[in-house]
Amino acid sequence: MIPQQFEYSAPKTLDEALGLLAEGAKPLAGGMSLIPMMKLRLASPEHLVDLGRIKDLNYIREEGGAIHIGATATHQDVLSSPLLRGKCPLLAETAAHIGDVQVRNMGTIGGSVAHADPSADYPAALQALEAKIVLKGAKSERTVSAEDFFVDTFTTALEPGEIVREVIVPIDGDGTGTNYQKVLQPASGFAIVGVAVRVRKQGEKVTLARIGVTGLSNRAFRAKEAEKALEGRSGSPAEIQAVAALVGQGIDANSDLHASAEYRLHLTAVYAAKALATALGRIA
Amino acid sequence: MATTTITKTEKLVGKRIRRREDPRLITGTATYVDDIKMPGMLYAAILRSPHAAAKIRSIDISKAKALKGVHAVFVGEDTKNAGAVPCGASLPGLRVPHHNLLAIDRVYLVGHPVAVVVATDRYVARDGAELIEVDYEPEAAVADPEKALAPGAHAVHPQWADNVAFTFHQEGGDVAKAFAEADVIVKQRIVSQRLIPNSMETRGVVADWHAADRSMNLFTSTQAPHLVRSLVAQILGLEENRFRVVAPEVGGGFGAKIQTYAEEILLAWISMKLQKPVKWIESRRENFLCTIHGRGHVDFYEIAAKRDGTITGIKLKIIQDLGAYFTVLTPAIPTLSVLMMPGLYRTPNIQADIVGAFTNCTPTDAYRGAGRPEATHGIERMVDMVAAELKMDPAEIRLKNFVRNEEFPFPTATGLVYDSGDYSAPLKKAMEMAGYDQLRKEQVEARKQGKLMGIGLCAYGEICAFGPSPATPAGGWESATVKIEPSGQVTVLTGISPHGQGEETTFAQITGDELGVGIDDVLVLHGDTSLVPYGIGTFGSRSTAVGGTALYYALQDLKAKVKKFGAMLLESEDVTLANGQCTDNKTGKSVGFKEIAAAAYRAMKLPPNTEPGLLATHFWEPPNFTFPFGAHLVVTDVDRDTGNVSIRRYIAIDDCGNILNPLIVDGQVHGGVAQGIGQALWEQAVYDDNGQLVTGEFMDYTMPRAHMMPWIESGHTVTPTPVNPLGVKGVGEAGTIGASPAVVNSVVDALSPLGVKHLDMPLTPEKLWKLISAGSNA
Amino acid sequence: MTETINVSINGTTYSHEVEPRLLLIHYLREVVGLTGPHIGCETSLCGACTVELNGKAIKSCSIFAIQCDGAKILTIEGMAADGKLHKIQEAFWNEHGLQCGFCTPGMIMTTKQILDRNRNPTDQEIRHGLDGNLCRCTGYQHIVNAVRAAARAAGA
Repeated sequence: MIPQQFEYSAPKTLDEALGLLAEGAKPLAGGMSLIPMMKLRLASPEHLVDLGRIKDLNYIREEGGAIHIGATATHQDVLSSPLLRGKCPLLAETAAHIGDVQVRNMGTIGGSVAHADPSADYPAALQALEAKIVLKGAKSERTVSAEDFFVDTFTTALEPGEIVREVIVPIDGDGTGTNYQKVLQPASGFAIVGVAVRVRKQGEKVTLARIGVTGLSNRAFRAKEAEKALEGRSGSPAEIQAVAALVGQGIDANSDLHASAEYRLHLTAVYAAKALATALGRIA
Repeated sequence: MATTTITKTEKLVGKRIRRREDPRLITGTATYVDDIKMPGMLYAAILRSPHAAAKIRSIDISKAKALKGVHAVFVGEDTKNAGAVPCGASLPGLRVPHHNLLAIDRVYLVGHPVAVVVATDRYVARDGAELIEVDYEPEAAVADPEKALAPGAHAVHPQWADNVAFTFHQEGGDVAKAFAEADVIVKQRIVSQRLIPNSMETRGVVADWHAADRSMNLFTSTQAPHLVRSLVAQILGLEENRFRVVAPEVGGGFGAKIQTYAEEILLAWISMKLQKPVKWIESRRENFLCTIHGRGHVDFYEIAAKRDGTITGIKLKIIQDLGAYFTVLTPAIPTLSVLMMPGLYRTPNIQADIVGAFTNCTPTDAYRGAGRPEATHGIERMVDMVAAELKMDPAEIRLKNFVRNEEFPFPTATGLVYDSGDYSAPLKKAMEMAGYDQLRKEQVEARKQGKLMGIGLCAYGEICAFGPSPATPAGGWESATVKIEPSGQVTVLTGISPHGQGEETTFAQITGDELGVGIDDVLVLHGDTSLVPYGIGTFGSRSTAVGGTALYYALQDLKAKVKKFGAMLLESEDVTLANGQCTDNKTGKSVGFKEIAAAAYRAMKLPPNTEPGLLATHFWEPPNFTFPFGAHLVVTDVDRDTGNVSIRRYIAIDDCGNILNPLIVDGQVHGGVAQGIGQALWEQAVYDDNGQLVTGEFMDYTMPRAHMMPWIESGHTVTPTPVNPLGVKGVGEAGTIGASPAVVNSVVDALSPLGVKHLDMPLTPEKLWKLISAGSNA
Repeated sequence: MTETINVSINGTTYSHEVEPRLLLIHYLREVVGLTGPHIGCETSLCGACTVELNGKAIKSCSIFAIQCDGAKILTIEGMAADGKLHKIQEAFWNEHGLQCGFCTPGMIMTTKQILDRNRNPTDQEIRHGLDGNLCRCTGYQHIVNAVRAAARAAGA
């Protein structure tokens, strides 16, 4: 219940924060993953840099045809943002599945993404959205795709000293439908599996299919074979079933107390089908 | 639902009255143990074993001792003469392991306390604990009771190679004949898994020793403060009359706070050593590992029946997972299962055997229901299996075998005497509320469409109101003291120790009605051994049935005395006490309660042979247990694709005798049902082969949350008990006892078209999905 | 190694020296003396410690006091005003929405958040809104009734 001692800084500017991080300090955003780990002494950083006071990290805005979400935007900010609800509803819908009211009030998109919990919700949506993640260090800034960002369990493309500065998600016009489906690990509220689907249709044909999956394996990923199998088709119930069956194919699935690998793979297909059907049904 | 506003003339018992204890709780001003602060108070943190079985080669406390703010560090060698954790249960041939406060040369379970650090605050104490270096030599462990009993298993206690703590045998009637003459015999292994009680408040202790007058104040989150006092004072060799135990506000117990724990003894010992008040608050992780667990049964059932559904005999073998040590009731719990193994049925022939197995796990003990949920789960599953075998409706077989109304008091094959009942009434009521026949028709249609819909019944009986003293480990009576203050206000001191059950309200209702005063004039105090003469505590659905009855009799004594003073003041010989007045039956003149109280204390004049003051104490010894009963009916739908169970309807009909406050009774049923559904669907303490508790945090142990619970349609039938004058039986455990078999029976019914006959808990979606997918492939 | 924080709690401003690692729940309970918020776990899953931080319900066991410098905090102790219970407190009392009372301060603060955002929630919205708060006593049914009653009392 008691964390170890640490030094604390709460800089007002990003540059100041990055300077401290370059010296080996660790960033603290919403703290929803880090602080419980510190209390159980599974994490013991010596120096924490609180990003919460940096005003220009907390925003959700439209810019250059995309939506930019600052690292310290909370899950509540995301799920209630009129901009996201209108123009990128998948992210808002996914945020509503994270944790609980209190966790959503504190937890941030930057913190969640950087933590890269393999059963977190956001990564599925970010994969399906082909989101870009902007990483900033003291001397550099670079943008990586969600696909390249999530490397392994609790492992991302972040280099030491870098933080997630913002997440960029696309604005999809008419003809696009999205959905996030989640199987809840009933004790923790994390995803046993989560499937995010983003589909676009022209006439009767699916022109774009993006499927992001979380919880199934060591990292969130895009189910590209399944995406390919759907593109060019109409999205009939039979096609949905066939596509859903491909989503977990070839994946080395996690196995734990709450779901064996076999069951997780099965759930992936079941919930992928639900997500596909719902997303297709939502195409305006 | 509206609550009732009380006037002095209105009867209080039976009303939906909002609770008297709530104002402090809803404003955050109640005082739980961790809210207590004392000048100079130190904080203790306990270092616990990460191994389930290991030798301790050495412990180095030097770094911890050197840490600024650390006052002391103690290890097992320091406390080895301070006594041991007590076990109150006794069975013939019972092997009782010596349960040291801190491990000495070996650890026997993960969480075994190894050292304690005492420091200026809880942060420093925890830092100090982290600095202790223990050199362990880990050994193989055994964490499963069946594996523990297998030849060659690791011996939990080296001196007892077979891991058998005790065996127990009981029989009644002629079970051999029943089985020889049976038309059908059904056998099944049934597991009631290990559960973690998880009261929202963990345990905690503040010990405050005053050397000058050799007195101890011990504040502890307990259900039984007097038992803690008697035991800890005795263990530490202290004078009981100078040892005060206070159960302040207690944030739930569910049986897990009946015990006297190592920390209560240890903290008292430390306070004496350091001459300072010391606090220890259990973390949730510690609560998972170090507070008792519940259930942990592997049962082997055999039932003999006639073709017409008459159940003629039951054989039961119980393997009880005891854990590494005993707490106060550990070995006694499965014997309660044996007592209740016939359920509500007339079955005259029983045979039971228990093997108590040591494992390198947390001790099991009383968890809500304590032995009776296991028994009810077993018999109610078995009855369903017999019905299925005989192609009978599960309601019909129950109605056929129930003890009949004219048979009460009914002696059971296990040696009990069931007090009163109308066992078919709640079942019929539940079926009527559900529209049972219609549901069965709907089920036929659903099955035609391949849907998995289940209807589950459970008819449960309980043994409550513990209990006659000869049948309990520590006395089964209860005490009450009632004082009328000189102002006329009434103070009740009760020996029970409620921690959410609402007796500050229900006892005020009883008192108000008996004395004819308003509920606002009554104050109910409890949980402080320096206030209450003595008491047994709150557990086993006993508080109102036993403690309330003690109160009732104390009130009768007091009423007699009030009347004497009233008669004196009215100069009459024939008076009635009602509505806060004593009235002369001849003249109609009356004198108020306040005047009488004032006169009794002022004592200018006294009635003949009467002492001043208005106080009465009654210790009540119950002549029997009470036997509440009821029926649950659960409609479930199982999703073929995922194995998810959804509860469409949950009907709970309880008969707890007379109902003092329906609002509180409903609350008790709801909470009980949540814990029963929790066991049926989600909860399980899982150990790996090394004795590590895999479900050792809320991250992995599934507690029922608001969105997981169905709406509970509750109802009642009322069959008063003749055991006590209030006619109350007890309701604290009813919901839990009825719920797990009702849910499991419903899901087994849903899956029965696939050939499923039995399922062990918890009914996780994966478990069901595997059966469904195997069935649909077949 | 301490720093000064200034915090407004239930309308009163406090200034204290704190260690960075001091959790808000311990600050409230041990330093300020507000023991209404409780500690029921260390994994941010029970919600007994819920308080309002700048108008939002949060778990005070999962934030450091130092992060709250300059913040406005409302705890259960600040819910009743002028000697009058808050409507949510009244509703929990009337509906028997509590038994042992340990989870209750957190439940009430979360209920406030639910109703601040949705004046007339459905049962399902209430139950999901309470996802972050464990109760072991009530089976939640009377709590759901209490939230409903509070919504009604607030004129939903």
